[in-house]
Amino acid sequence: MIGPIGYGTLVIALVTSLLAVVTSIYGGRSRSAAMLETARRAALITFPLLSISILALLILLISGHFEYTYVYQTTDLAMPLYLKIAALWGGQEGSLLFWCWLLAGFSFITLARKWKSENDLLPWVITVTSFTLFFFLILVLFFENPFHRYFITMDGQVVSSLLPPMMSLQADPPDGAGLNPLLRHFGMVVHPPALYLGFTGFVIPYAYAIAALITGRSDDQWIKSTRKWSLMAWLFLSIGLVLGSRWAYDVLGWGGYWAWDPVEISALIPWLTGTAYLHSMITQEKRGLFKHWTIALIVLTFCLVIFGTFLTRSGLLSSVHSFSESSIGPFFLAFIALMFLISLGLLLWRWNDLGSAYQIRSFFSKEGAFVLNNLLFVAIFLICLIGILFPIVSELVTGQKVTVGPPFYESATGPLFALLLLLMGVVPLTVWGAATASSLGRNIWLPAALALAAPGVALFLGATSWIALLSIWFVFFAVIATLMDTLKSIRLRSRVHKESGWQSFNNLVRHNRRRYGGYLIHIGVALMGLGIIGIEMFQTTTQGMVAEGESLQLSGYTFTYEKLELQDTPDGRNIAQASILISRDGREVGRVYPGSDYYYYSQQSVTRPGIHSTLSEDLYIVLVDWLEITAEGATFKVFRNPLINWLWIGTVVLILGTLVALWPSRERRPLALKEKA
Amino acid sequence: MTHNPPTSTRKRFPIAIALVAGIILIGMITLFAIQMKNSRQDTLEIGSEIPDFTVTTFSGETYQKSQLQGKVILLNFWSSWCASCDEEGAALEEVWQEVKDKGEIVFLGVNYVDTEKDSLAFLEKYGITFPNGPDLGSRISRLFKVDAVPETYIIGRDGRLVAIQIGPFQSAEEIRAALELAD
Amino acid sequence: MKRQLFCVVIMLSALVAFVPQGIGYAQDTSPITDDQVNALAEELYCPVCENVPLDVCPTQACAQWRDLIREKMELGWSEPQIKEFFALQYGDQVLAVPPRRGFNWLIYVLPPIIILSGIVIAVRFVSRSKTQPLPAVEIATPADHAPLDSVINEIEQDLKRKQ
Repeated sequence: MIGPIGYGTLVIALVTSLLAVVTSIYGGRSRSAAMLETARRAALITFPLLSISILALLILLISGHFEYTYVYQTTDLAMPLYLKIAALWGGQEGSLLFWCWLLAGFSFITLARKWKSENDLLPWVITVTSFTLFFFLILVLFFENPFHRYFITMDGQVVSSLLPPMMSLQADPPDGAGLNPLLRHFGMVVHPPALYLGFTGFVIPYAYAIAALITGRSDDQWIKSTRKWSLMAWLFLSIGLVLGSRWAYDVLGWGGYWAWDPVEISALIPWLTGTAYLHSMITQEKRGLFKHWTIALIVLTFCLVIFGTFLTRSGLLSSVHSFSESSIGPFFLAFIALMFLISLGLLLWRWNDLGSAYQIRSFFSKEGAFVLNNLLFVAIFLICLIGILFPIVSELVTGQKVTVGPPFYESATGPLFALLLLLMGVVPLTVWGAATASSLGRNIWLPAALALAAPGVALFLGATSWIALLSIWFVFFAVIATLMDTLKSIRLRSRVHKESGWQSFNNLVRHNRRRYGGYLIHIGVALMGLGIIGIEMFQTTTQGMVAEGESLQLSGYTFTYEKLELQDTPDGRNIAQASILISRDGREVGRVYPGSDYYYYSQQSVTRPGIHSTLSEDLYIVLVDWLEITAEGATFKVFRNPLINWLWIGTVVLILGTLVALWPSRERRPLALKEKA
Repeated sequence: MTHNPPTSTRKRFPIAIALVAGIILIGMITLFAIQMKNSRQDTLEIGSEIPDFTVTTFSGETYQKSQLQGKVILLNFWSSWCASCDEEGAALEEVWQEVKDKGEIVFLGVNYVDTEKDSLAFLEKYGITFPNGPDLGSRISRLFKVDAVPETYIIGRDGRLVAIQIGPFQSAEEIRAALELAD
Repeated sequence: MKRQLFCVVIMLSALVAFVPQGIGYAQDTSPITDDQVNALAEELYCPVCENVPLDVCPTQACAQWRDLIREKMELGWSEPQIKEFFALQYGDQVLAVPPRRGFNWLIYVLPPIIILSGIVIAVRFVSRSKTQPLPAVEIATPADHAPLDSVINEIEQDLKRKQ
């Protein structure tokens, strides 16, 4: 009964979402309160309905109903519970349903909370979110249904379908095929949900932007209503990307965290435009600038979210991320085209209502910096887009397949990322409005000079590449400039208010969470930059075959191969695990256990690198290969990844910063400073 | 990038922006639509006309499709790293020995993304004597939309595709049966 | 095409499967080290498993290709020669970036064009703003939007005057 319940609620959810679309359009036009209430209720009810459906699928997964195709394909008896739960998004069908559920959840929260204050915008918010949900539900119901079962027909064939075919028996496999070994990792539990939360989160600000265009409200209400949504979606997208990188680092055994794989890039590009949007949003709120541009960015971000989902799910690109081939591609294309055209049409229709009241007087002003920020992000986005599209274009035009790999992205976007780092350092030193080169120069020289110490140290430690030295300088300049500006504000405030430094800091942050949250995010990003510079520019590696007791040398470290153990596990793996002693100048540094898991059922091997991790570097050892039976010789690949941990530390800082910015400010009392003046 | 807001004093409808955005969108949609259509045709159709191609064997002889008009061609894609190619290779060789003297049927082995050394070792190990050559730049395998190896295509006397075998032939009998389709 | 890749990947993983105990083909008699081979393999891609660099690709086929690189190196071939050989044998998709010729130039000229046009747009935008008179309703930017910014500016100016 569980399957039919899950399926039935899906069907009802499809109907209610369509009802919500129709009634909200009608209600929005006729301003009929009853109609709008119907729309709202219809939209609200989709979330409980989909929750039941998700729950049904979860129960099937956990209890091992292998007659269900999806359960058979993604789980087996030996898998631990957390992986069985994660199998919910481990395959095409389940993850699409999960997508729908998150989207329904977000619109539920929006509609449950804000109905009264934004009466005119909300009908159209319902229209957009419900229509998006409707589209995805069609995909789930008619193309990628997770509630299909296996049946054996008269002629002995096994078919997967929703209802039993004529004269057939239900198949009852005793065990499932299990999740793809590469996905059997804790990363599977956190990376996809974070990414999906980020993806679906951007639907809400998009819906408000469209609502603002339809109603012709040219004020900033839609931005105010969705500021936190956008920030939250951005946070989850960032976390999702970093978790994916960390997972790749831990599992692929490539020694790196990012391979410029087309699917990675398709998740990165909405982040790029989303980040540009966050900055543009601030400029619009503070200065009334870029109203068209802000809307264009959120439209673009939404379309890229769908586009990224399309790329991974249509099977058009191949990578470790791809789901198996599917026929849903054309529907995605049609949906993206429709949403983009409608959005563009609305934007053009309202173009003249969205004039900017204020203009940019100088590049050296804060708004000038925001313009540059947006240009850089959009340029990086375009380069990435070209990179993933080019192989397809090339194959069509010349018939020859080509690869656009890391060297292209690194040399094309590297300088732009470096400029963004520099800009992060400059922006706290700028002021809104009138500013000149000399006014900026007065502020800039001290942090710039202080930051010079960092490349100095790097030079002393043996770094010679000027690109690396320059980037390190940018990183520290950003951190120091941000800290100095904060310090300056604290000192000013404590002098004016006769407060202690700590009190001033507290009050400053409390009254201006977004600014100081933003600062903290910038520091986090700078630290991440440090990690990226470390691994990109200073990674060293060696590979060799050694017998037991022999060792490999790398950058002053000695890696001694002690032994190799092979064993079968009850969950159907053959584990090979080597033991490596790391030493330096005769002293023991640590011991790591690189290995490889061979999955009998799927006949796939998964490497498990051994990582010795410190704040200054990671020593990363991969067991490449070993000799049969005797196990007396094995090939290892050793990487030394300097500073890589700052990438993860920076991410934590970034999360904290976003939380500071998101934290609700309880009091919005007028500033005491005003009274003093 | 061209979405700069116009100054508020002048009223201007941004036709240029509409055009640029529209063209980019239409271009991308077309691109993906074509790409999806192309990739949907996963295998060639039986009866379709096969374009000309040339196999240059490891020993340097060339076999051009257009010059073999009137004969049946069996085109086998294989690799030395392919697990199921060895038994199939032996079966193909068995049938080759039966048909080679009649001169009616030509067997051509096309070596899919492989190294010459390993391929020659493979041929020697399984005693394969019918003509075999590398697929330079994967051109022939792209022509036949080869998914994975082994795959075998039988081209009839009129130059049209007669049979496709995805995956290995299980026995010499299967190969004989497939060749009979060409008559 | 996609199914093809998928199949190939599955095929290849099946291949690995056949040798679960690993295969030792690293020859320690060779004067060419693994590091030299990997340095070049890093810039090439596995011809069948798309988007997997050759130096980290775990399949047997890739190991054969790495051996091929080693052989060519032993014969004294230069790096560009080996890359060209690979491109000729297996198609241009084994190169990490498209070869600089013909249609492929597009991808090398587009990024600079994007960056240049970005600069042009920014400069034109700001200079156009500058030449126009400020609108009458200049910055009625509500103070509640930018609370501390403006206040701190005021204080700063105040302090400067005092000094």
